[in-house]
Amino acid sequence: MGDLHSGLREDFIGSPSKIGVYRYHSATIAAVALAAILFQVYVPRFLAQLSYLELPLLITVYFSLMRRSPMAGVAYGSLIGLAQDSLSHNPLGMFGIVKTLVGYFAASASLRFNVENHGIRLVISLFFCFFHQFLYWVLSRALLGEELDLNIATTIVVSVLNALVAVPLFRVLDKLKVPV
Amino acid sequence: MDLLLQRYRNVAVLLAVIVAQLMLLAYQVKSNGEVRLIRIWAVSAVTPLARAIEAGRSSSAHFISDYFVLLDVREENKRMKTDLDRVQMENQYLRTELSTADRAKSLAIFQQTSPSKTIAAHVIGNTTGMGAKVVIVDRGTASGVEKGMAVITPDGIVGKVTSSFPTASYVLLVTDQTFAAGVISQKSRVRGTLKGQGNSTVIVDYVQNEEKLEPGEWFYTSGDDRIFPKGLPVGHATVVRPGKSRKEIFVAPSGMRNGLEEVLIVVDGVHTEIPEAPLASQPVHMQDPPAAETSTDAAPAQTGPQATDADRLLDRYRRIGAVEGRTYGEGGGGGPNFNITLPADPPPGAEKTESSSTNEKAKEQRPGQQPKPSSQPAPAGTAR
Repeated sequence: MGDLHSGLREDFIGSPSKIGVYRYHSATIAAVALAAILFQVYVPRFLAQLSYLELPLLITVYFSLMRRSPMAGVAYGSLIGLAQDSLSHNPLGMFGIVKTLVGYFAASASLRFNVENHGIRLVISLFFCFFHQFLYWVLSRALLGEELDLNIATTIVVSVLNALVAVPLFRVLDKLKVPV
Repeated sequence: MDLLLQRYRNVAVLLAVIVAQLMLLAYQVKSNGEVRLIRIWAVSAVTPLARAIEAGRSSSAHFISDYFVLLDVREENKRMKTDLDRVQMENQYLRTELSTADRAKSLAIFQQTSPSKTIAAHVIGNTTGMGAKVVIVDRGTASGVEKGMAVITPDGIVGKVTSSFPTASYVLLVTDQTFAAGVISQKSRVRGTLKGQGNSTVIVDYVQNEEKLEPGEWFYTSGDDRIFPKGLPVGHATVVRPGKSRKEIFVAPSGMRNGLEEVLIVVDGVHTEIPEAPLASQPVHMQDPPAAETSTDAAPAQTGPQATDADRLLDRYRRIGAVEGRTYGEGGGGGPNFNITLPADPPPGAEKTESSSTNEKAKEQRPGQQPKPSSQPAPAGTAR
């Protein structure tokens, strides 16, 4: 019973001795982040349904999870967020702040969970997609005074869709990692 | 102290980055400006790639479209061999319709006829952000585009320019949640504020429950917002119902109903009056044609200033048939010569006399003989 419990614990929570830290080439991270941002610029023009896919967020979550370093998470989040801001109509810093927090919390979570488990990845992606949307809405109202509506049901559906995309996307991105 | 710093290093870095970005935000909000240099770099770096992608997509789409058009032409040629006269008339009519429907031409026609000075632009991309209703167009400050200019299509308003860079501009669409514009209804002259919803419909807000308004009524820009010139179509009301304090009016925006590829940016707007009549694109009830006074095989084509291009073309072909003594549909004797010079157009009200005299002339003339050249040119046909 004790073995079963510890096995489940290692599967979902992970044991500190088995936690793997992965590195990625800087060029790989930059190229993937740029591709995610350009995807948001061009693809929804032809497939409007894909405008709800927040690839820069998923990339931020992935690299923060796999790098397992809160400082790296902050760096990934702020840089990807600011790059996204520079091509958006919002003031610079909106996506920057939101993704900085997402990167930090994702990296912190990665220290406690086995982030190579697909179920954990799904739940974490779902949580951070909702968190991202909610935080962006809060900042828009608080800092910019914009009266945006937050439709909870729509936000949850969008988060679920993003989480479903995240699992296979993370699987593909796993092939780019370089074990330390 | 070192231990403390080591322990809270991550949180300290997080706070430092957040505070730095908050200060950047505060600067932009307080100065009501933008960090233009960063945006110009970003947009200028992305624009050439966007143009290349758009050009590649556009040429591929045109190639495929041309291929299918050619297939249609081949099929049409086969039909023309079996029923040359009928198909030629249909073909001319369809060509006219096609050329009228062509988006680029209609844009150019609108541009020429509109009193406002506009410049055409292509949509080359979207901005980032989940569900963002902001698009990038390929005209910027180098073309005279400025922030706050209205963006329209011949069908109605599309949005407004929110940022302008040397080679590109951001256009906030009417469907965005932050969009607002002053509008006025066509019949009851009810004023309100158009607001985006983040989806395909928009609403007209600040209309009192006591105001009279019916579904289907058209809204036009009122010019109150100092962005859109007065008199531009906005859309028609799809739902009108009383709300808690104000009417709930949902509007289907007309400017984007044919897709959003080419738009016009209003660089110098001119206010116009709200039209009394419904828009030309609305379905119009047409009375049945009057019964023919004489028993002829086909109804006479309408002539005069109200005639359409198809009517004029049909009339021209009938006159050619009359001159050559030909009865369409019987076949034989080769095809008619559509290039012969016809006598001058009859004056309005004298069609019947002219037509009968032409028929008499035709009876005297042998088929294949060229009629006497006229001093006046032949009718223009289908030119628009």
